[in-house]
Amino acid sequence: MTKVKGLPLTNTGILSFGGYIPRRRLQRAEIAKAHRWYNAGLGRWARGERAIANWDEDSITMAVEAARECLKQVDTQDVSGVWMASTRFPFLDRQNAGILAEALQLRGSFTTLDISSSQRAGTSGLMTALSASAQNPILLAAAEKRRAKGASASEMTIGDGAAAFLVGSGPVIARYMGGCTHPVDFIDHFRGEDTSFDYVWEERWTRDEGFMKIVPASVKKLIEQTGVDPSSINTFCFPLGDTRTAASIAKRVGLPETSVADNLQGSCGDTGSAHPLVMLAKALETARPGDRILVTGFGQGCDALLFEATNALADRRPPLGISGHLERRTPESNYLRYLSHNDLITIDRGFRAEVDKPTSLTTHYRNRETAQSMVGGRCNKCGTVQFPRSNICVAPKCGAIGTQEPYPFADRTGRLISFTADSLTFTPDPPSYYGLVQFDGGGRLLCDLSDIDSVDDVHVGMPVRMVFRVKDYDTRRDFRRYFWKAVPVELAAAGHQET
Amino acid sequence: MASGIKDKVAILGMGCSRFGERWDRNAEDLIVEAFVEALADAGIEKNQIQGAWFGSALEDLHVGKSGIPLSITLRLPNIPVTRIENYCATGTDAFRNACYAVASGACDFALALGVEKLKDTGYGGLPQRGRGTVNDLTIANTSAPGSFAQLAAAYRAVHNVGEADLKRAMAHVSVKSHANGARNPKAHLRNTITEEQVLKAPMVASPLGLYDCCGVSDGSACAIVTTPEIARALGKKDLVTVKALQMAASNGLESQYNDWDGSHVVTTRAAARRAYREAGIKNPREELSLIEVHDCFSVTELVTMEDLFISPEGGAIRDILNGFYDADGSIPCQIDGGLKCFGHPVAASGLRMIYEIYLQLTGRAGDRQRHDNPRIGLTHNLGGNPAQNVCAISIVGLEGA
Repeated sequence: MTKVKGLPLTNTGILSFGGYIPRRRLQRAEIAKAHRWYNAGLGRWARGERAIANWDEDSITMAVEAARECLKQVDTQDVSGVWMASTRFPFLDRQNAGILAEALQLRGSFTTLDISSSQRAGTSGLMTALSASAQNPILLAAAEKRRAKGASASEMTIGDGAAAFLVGSGPVIARYMGGCTHPVDFIDHFRGEDTSFDYVWEERWTRDEGFMKIVPASVKKLIEQTGVDPSSINTFCFPLGDTRTAASIAKRVGLPETSVADNLQGSCGDTGSAHPLVMLAKALETARPGDRILVTGFGQGCDALLFEATNALADRRPPLGISGHLERRTPESNYLRYLSHNDLITIDRGFRAEVDKPTSLTTHYRNRETAQSMVGGRCNKCGTVQFPRSNICVAPKCGAIGTQEPYPFADRTGRLISFTADSLTFTPDPPSYYGLVQFDGGGRLLCDLSDIDSVDDVHVGMPVRMVFRVKDYDTRRDFRRYFWKAVPVELAAAGHQET
Repeated sequence: MASGIKDKVAILGMGCSRFGERWDRNAEDLIVEAFVEALADAGIEKNQIQGAWFGSALEDLHVGKSGIPLSITLRLPNIPVTRIENYCATGTDAFRNACYAVASGACDFALALGVEKLKDTGYGGLPQRGRGTVNDLTIANTSAPGSFAQLAAAYRAVHNVGEADLKRAMAHVSVKSHANGARNPKAHLRNTITEEQVLKAPMVASPLGLYDCCGVSDGSACAIVTTPEIARALGKKDLVTVKALQMAASNGLESQYNDWDGSHVVTTRAAARRAYREAGIKNPREELSLIEVHDCFSVTELVTMEDLFISPEGGAIRDILNGFYDADGSIPCQIDGGLKCFGHPVAASGLRMIYEIYLQLTGRAGDRQRHDNPRIGLTHNLGGNPAQNVCAISIVGLEGA
């Protein structure tokens, strides 16, 4: 994946990409309906739906899903960086990209980096990764599980999602033609270190003084720098505002009217610092060789990046990508459940929720291959695979001691042997689904099931795949523990497995 | 080769507290309630007891750790007291240890006592217990009903049984146990119920509804054991002796290896085979007079009928619906109401089961007494979940049976 002979070193670009949008889509009309008594003005946004993460998803877990898709089609041996961009990192002091790398079972020597503090985190991260990956590729995942106050305009427009890019030189699917930043400390919103929610200034001002002035300045700089004729640009990704704003910007800098990309406000919502990358991924899913894609990220200034799709794109499109994940949707009309999952309402969760969930950090560290990477064991004497690894082989006719080699389970599919929908045990989203999964190729695990809507959708023999999710929230210490859960292999995702 | 302890140990006395929501009693009070009855039944002095095994499974909720709480509560004369915890098999395990002490010649008189005080949690159902910091990293956040509910899904798949057919047989199990519990003055739940009520009850863990789940109770039960010779010397007649005591613990094969189908309990089958061998039972369906099994959930009782080799594999539904296990059936199961209605104070349950068999064999079971001269009975405990558990089986019978 590194240098290909004959190509100039400057020939960096995108080697592969992936996307992730959570399944549930909160119907905006339901949000507006709930708040009509308080703020009837929200009705102007009451169209379409926004993607909302499940209770066990956060920016890291969504980044993992996007990155798994991105890395599916490439060799990861020479990855030189695992970077993550977000303004909603689960941890402020514990590297989030490090958790991403462990979940991806990446081992070896590479940089890990969290990029944050601006809605430009995704684009700035991508730009920096592109300039640092000439020798060896870098993975950048941008993800955001967003939060907003109830009855705010943001609550209507935000969405959750992720995109991941492997960038470097070599047989790129989109050549990086250049990028630039126009930094301005323009504060359309901010969030301090001790607050949960954004403080937002008037949107008309943001549009007139921010979007309409700062974005064109940045794009013009990029056009000058690359010498590209703006009318040759096929797709313009501007993540914010309404389509009219993007069209006005396009007009001001000479981009074709047809280049303005759908910012997914109707189907997904604004995924924050991940959104420019979500839009870039979406654009690449349908781009033809030679297409030029302009991506902008806005936040205390503006990033602008230009890509040109190559012939290699057709072979390396992700199985689902953003489009496939957008199609894989479950409409959600239960606004109260959304409030509950996002701690926006105080729900009596019952005595069983009081069980303390501390994590022994020594135990966690010792067992992190098992828990975070889902690596089990394979007996080098009899070949039996098992989860978790143990000193003594589980095969009754073997029982060899100390013969277990690491055997990854995260990408194995399996089938349910048994299951239940448990209304007694504590879960933020009752009932709790769990069952015994028999993995194809051997090994089994009694594990949580996620993304299930009804017990009628579950049956013995049902095919499942594993996803990285939050297992437990330790609210007392603000820690969270991740593990893998089984989700149904859907028709769309079935193709996902075959690649 | 070891041949077991058949007829080497006799039950000298037994006691059992009333089970239920004993709001006005501490665990220590329940211990005394059961012990006073057993001591009077045994007809010995407290200071003659030379060793005690004390079962408490959720000790953090009541007495705390170690054997000391029993020693203090009963003011035992500085004898060895060992605390036993083995999930729901705790009571039977305490009994097993006391019997082994007698059979080995270490003690002339040994006490096994189990107690649980579960109604001080503030909510219904069993509380969630710690599973160890390593297990917590990976194991699903299960409840007891959710763990056992999975037997139903797998049983249906393996035996190709329709949901309604299985639910009806499960309902019969519960209706039968309520009818039995209604005749037991010490039982926690003494109301009768109908099949319709069971089927319409709110879901706890699919497909287990409220009436598919046993009660969670406060209670205590105990046994004083000795040798048949000493019992006779004390003037006891119609001795009840221990025919077999067997346990089996899962080794992780069900939950980690590839061949268990989830529809039965491996340890029950292993312990039952050994118990029948120890007791010299060739055909349990013909030879057993009555049984008390671990009916924590209706579906557990159903599969246990097959795992004990009484119903043929896949045949439990038919036997249950035919009334084979009813109080007036061929082999009554839970004639005292079972965990379902007598109640389930975890560490007391195994001893409560033996208590009922003991009463039936000695003709002291009151309104629910079987009149077909019961000679031999089996008790069965299952602790943990179907994939990872400990099973304890006892067979007790009249001397010479």
